[in-house]
Amino acid sequence: MTAARWASRARPLVGIAVLVGLWGFVHAIKAVDPVLLPSPLEAMQAFARGIAEGTLWGDFQKTIVRTLVSFGIALAIAVPLGIVLGSNSRIYESIEFAIDFFRSTPASAMFPLFLVLFGVGEKTKIAVAAFGAALAILFNVAYGVMSARKQRQLAARVMGAPGWRVLTDVTLLESMPQVFVGMRSGVSIALVIVIVAEMFIGSTDGLGQRIMNAQTIFDMPDMYASIFAAGLLGYVMNLVFLVAERRFVHWGGR
Amino acid sequence: MRAVAEHLPLGAAGAPAAAASHRWYPAGTHITIRGLTKRFGDAAVYEDFDLDIPHGRITSVFGPNGCGKSTLINMISGILPYDGGQILFEGKTARETRIGYVFQNYREAVFPWMRAIDNIRYPLQYLGIGKGEREEKMDRLMQSFDVKLDLSRYPYQMSGGQQQLVSIMRALVVDPEVLFLDEPFSALDYEMVMFLRERLQKVLVERKVTTMLVSHDLDEAVLLADHVLLLTKRPTRVADNLPFDAPRPRTAATTVAPLFIDVKTRALEIFQREVRK
Repeated sequence: MTAARWASRARPLVGIAVLVGLWGFVHAIKAVDPVLLPSPLEAMQAFARGIAEGTLWGDFQKTIVRTLVSFGIALAIAVPLGIVLGSNSRIYESIEFAIDFFRSTPASAMFPLFLVLFGVGEKTKIAVAAFGAALAILFNVAYGVMSARKQRQLAARVMGAPGWRVLTDVTLLESMPQVFVGMRSGVSIALVIVIVAEMFIGSTDGLGQRIMNAQTIFDMPDMYASIFAAGLLGYVMNLVFLVAERRFVHWGGR
Repeated sequence: MRAVAEHLPLGAAGAPAAAASHRWYPAGTHITIRGLTKRFGDAAVYEDFDLDIPHGRITSVFGPNGCGKSTLINMISGILPYDGGQILFEGKTARETRIGYVFQNYREAVFPWMRAIDNIRYPLQYLGIGKGEREEKMDRLMQSFDVKLDLSRYPYQMSGGQQQLVSIMRALVVDPEVLFLDEPFSALDYEMVMFLRERLQKVLVERKVTTMLVSHDLDEAVLLADHVLLLTKRPTRVADNLPFDAPRPRTAATTVAPLFIDVKTRALEIFQREVRK
């Protein structure tokens, strides 16, 4: 492999290197109180220790499970509903405003309501996250079904396909790229809400609660390690969906 | 797709429509169109339009821009609803008829999520026939077309002409009673067009499929046709229906023969007269 190819391979890492370098530099010249800003190495060690022997891995898992459960619930509700909405313009027109309104409402503003409905505990966290994710998915699925181009549907129709087969064989597949957009934004909304819920709604575990605790007791390396873990989680989930989309919607964009 | 439900078969039609429907049609007619009316907003594209399409022949539709050539075949094939009148295929509606349709825009007609071969096979499931018979139809189609093409590829891995070939094969695999072609060759390179015309003619003549071809290219309209249907400007009428019975297969050589030039010249005269009106 030539030097030029190595350079192009390494290019995406430049940003990270600059950031870590800057962090190390600021730490070295003590521009910020070292208690508040530990060195990158300390934070990395805290992360490795937390995963290997501490409780970080356990909190990590909790957050993953909560996010995936709420995402799963959101998916199960929003996809069928989105298909119904998207394939029936009258229903869509009558509730478009309501959906748009709730979609624009910050899901975190719904915490008190959900606390009343579901009590302090696991259910509320999952319900709010599922609510936020479901709206994003619902909107995208409905939009995808609605804006699916008509010619392939006509082609299936003229070949003798009954209405429901046109939906399953053509319209749904046409809308897949948009469905994936909805799933990606849904899962990231679910993660955001789960982390916030863990911070503020009486939690004893999870990354959100861990970040809060570390901050309270000034265990800064662990706080940075937990923030990094949350970031990693979001990034990996997004990546998984991108890869799944490329696999499944292989015709997309071509 | 309300057209199907709205337009009842002969005899069941309401009294006013029935009055217009009593026009005899010549022997060998496949599609009868009576009193067809279609409006876009306030403008009538078709008003009380009558037409007979002969059985097992290729009819080219040619006319001024915007006269509703595609609109006509879309209404006949049942993918566009109409406001009045009746279209019957030997007494049947479009929905009761095996129809093949080839769109101009092949990119948005084939299914990119299926391999080419599965695209071609797709309509067979709606014929209500057994597996053996389905395979038989596939084999027969493959023999007629004799393509040296890897059909296990996806449409987006193919050239435009190859995709249109897949689209044509998909339309023909069901042994359609009627085939509709909406400017099928207009976006393809000439070499591919010659190949597709040759294969298409071979299969259509072999199987005696009633065919309606919309073309904006007069040479092509005449070259492939048994009848060249010339339409007027809106509201659209039949200006003339010219027969062209040069022997098949018709090739590029046909286009320099006196008979072809004669028919084309007459078609052009009629066309220019109608455009100037």
